[in-house]
Amino acid sequence: MKKILFILLVIQLTGCANQNLRGTGDLGLIVERAMGRLQLVEHTHNRSLATIEGLGDLSHASIVYSRDARYGFVFGRDGGLTKIDLLEQKIVKRIMQSGNSIGGAISQDGKLIAVSNYKPGGINVFNSETLELVANIPAIYGAGKQSKTVGLVDAPGQLFVFSLYDAGEIWVVDMKDISNPVVTKYKEVGLLPYDGLITPDGRYYIAGLFGEDGLAMLDLWHRENGVTRIMDHYGKGKEKLPVYKMPHLEGWAMAGDKMLLPAVGQHEVLVMDNNWKQIKSIAVHGQPIFVMSRPDHRQMWVNFAHPRNDTIQVIDTETLKVIKTLKPGKAVLHMEFSPRGEQVWMSVRDEDRVDVVDTQTFAVVKRLKVDKPSGIFFTNRAHKTGL
Amino acid sequence: MLKKISLWRMLSFCVLICLTLIVRAGESVDRRLELQHLIKHDCGSCHGMTLSGGLGPSLKAEALKNKSDELLMVTISEGRAGTPMPAWKSLLSKNDITIIIKLLRNSAVN
Repeated sequence: MKKILFILLVIQLTGCANQNLRGTGDLGLIVERAMGRLQLVEHTHNRSLATIEGLGDLSHASIVYSRDARYGFVFGRDGGLTKIDLLEQKIVKRIMQSGNSIGGAISQDGKLIAVSNYKPGGINVFNSETLELVANIPAIYGAGKQSKTVGLVDAPGQLFVFSLYDAGEIWVVDMKDISNPVVTKYKEVGLLPYDGLITPDGRYYIAGLFGEDGLAMLDLWHRENGVTRIMDHYGKGKEKLPVYKMPHLEGWAMAGDKMLLPAVGQHEVLVMDNNWKQIKSIAVHGQPIFVMSRPDHRQMWVNFAHPRNDTIQVIDTETLKVIKTLKPGKAVLHMEFSPRGEQVWMSVRDEDRVDVVDTQTFAVVKRLKVDKPSGIFFTNRAHKTGL
Repeated sequence: MLKKISLWRMLSFCVLICLTLIVRAGESVDRRLELQHLIKHDCGSCHGMTLSGGLGPSLKAEALKNKSDELLMVTISEGRAGTPMPAWKSLLSKNDITIIIKLLRNSAVN
């Protein structure tokens, strides 16, 4: 009898434990920028699971995930680097690693976290388990000046690649031997690189230039060729509009043999072919900020800079035409697709809302209350180069 | 009788003035709140939400104390060539910019 009772007890306990088990593949974090807080969300049922507080200044914050998709690493504007446990719904560790930072990246093997800093300009590399400092790489240029760094991404071969905003350089850091980081510098790539991206295959690093027309491109398969200029005739002879918000190049949209990117200072999305030549520009509602590809690449979703930021437009990638204009509300800052793209989540900052929109019917399927939402980051980013 | 009418006239004139002032004051309070929001979130996208600097320099009162109102007016209105600072004159009036400068100097944004 005792034996049976014991077995029953074990079965019951196992059952309880199993009820608490869950994966992290449908989880994500939304930045509540003004509150220094994150909302942990789940996109199977489109709901909020928890809030996590105490993250400091989260303006322009971004997040990368560990390869087991359990931990999020949050890069705050105030130099804070915070490791979040999505299952325990809490902060594991938080350090202040600089005075002012602008995003980061996780290495190919998942063991290193790099943070891009404005002040002091350079990057810091940390052990992703312990957040202990592994390497400090100051962005020194010219006669001892220090540059803000932008556009930091990971690349295959344990590389980190980033741009020096003030110096107009692109640096590649090889972290294969963590005790001896090897830095390769590409100088005079163009004026004021403001952001960078890496193509999803990890081959091309491309920096957008604010100070001149065109983009600076580095082929990581053939680094011996150095940095080349692409699209360098774009914008010539056209007067630029005032730019009230810098475009982002993250998630630069590729569809088949075409790439779409935001034009700086124009109400246009540019289309390039696979030889980096511009083949078309698509007139849109305002100055584009994010041009994001639905995961099946059939649609591109675009949001816009202040003061025309109440609108989202959808471009069909086959016809390269705007097929839908949505008006979610004031200040649509960011979008994130569900992993296979049937829905997109969007932050409507000034209305304290995140809308979940069906990408086929364009209907709003859910509205979540989120305080001043900015970035939305789902865990499927964990397995994508450059995200 | 005449006296009575002019008294009434004067009184209604005063009421009208007061009402106008109240409406104006209401407008400027709303506008000030709008501008505070703009500074925090839109200027903040380059200068940091706490205005301690980002891609653009710090806009804290301390950082601005050696910069004249005229310089700030021109910078906000016309932008700064060679930097990403845009000209705001198509979105903001001179009066708006004067209010913004005051708000920044009084650290009255956050």
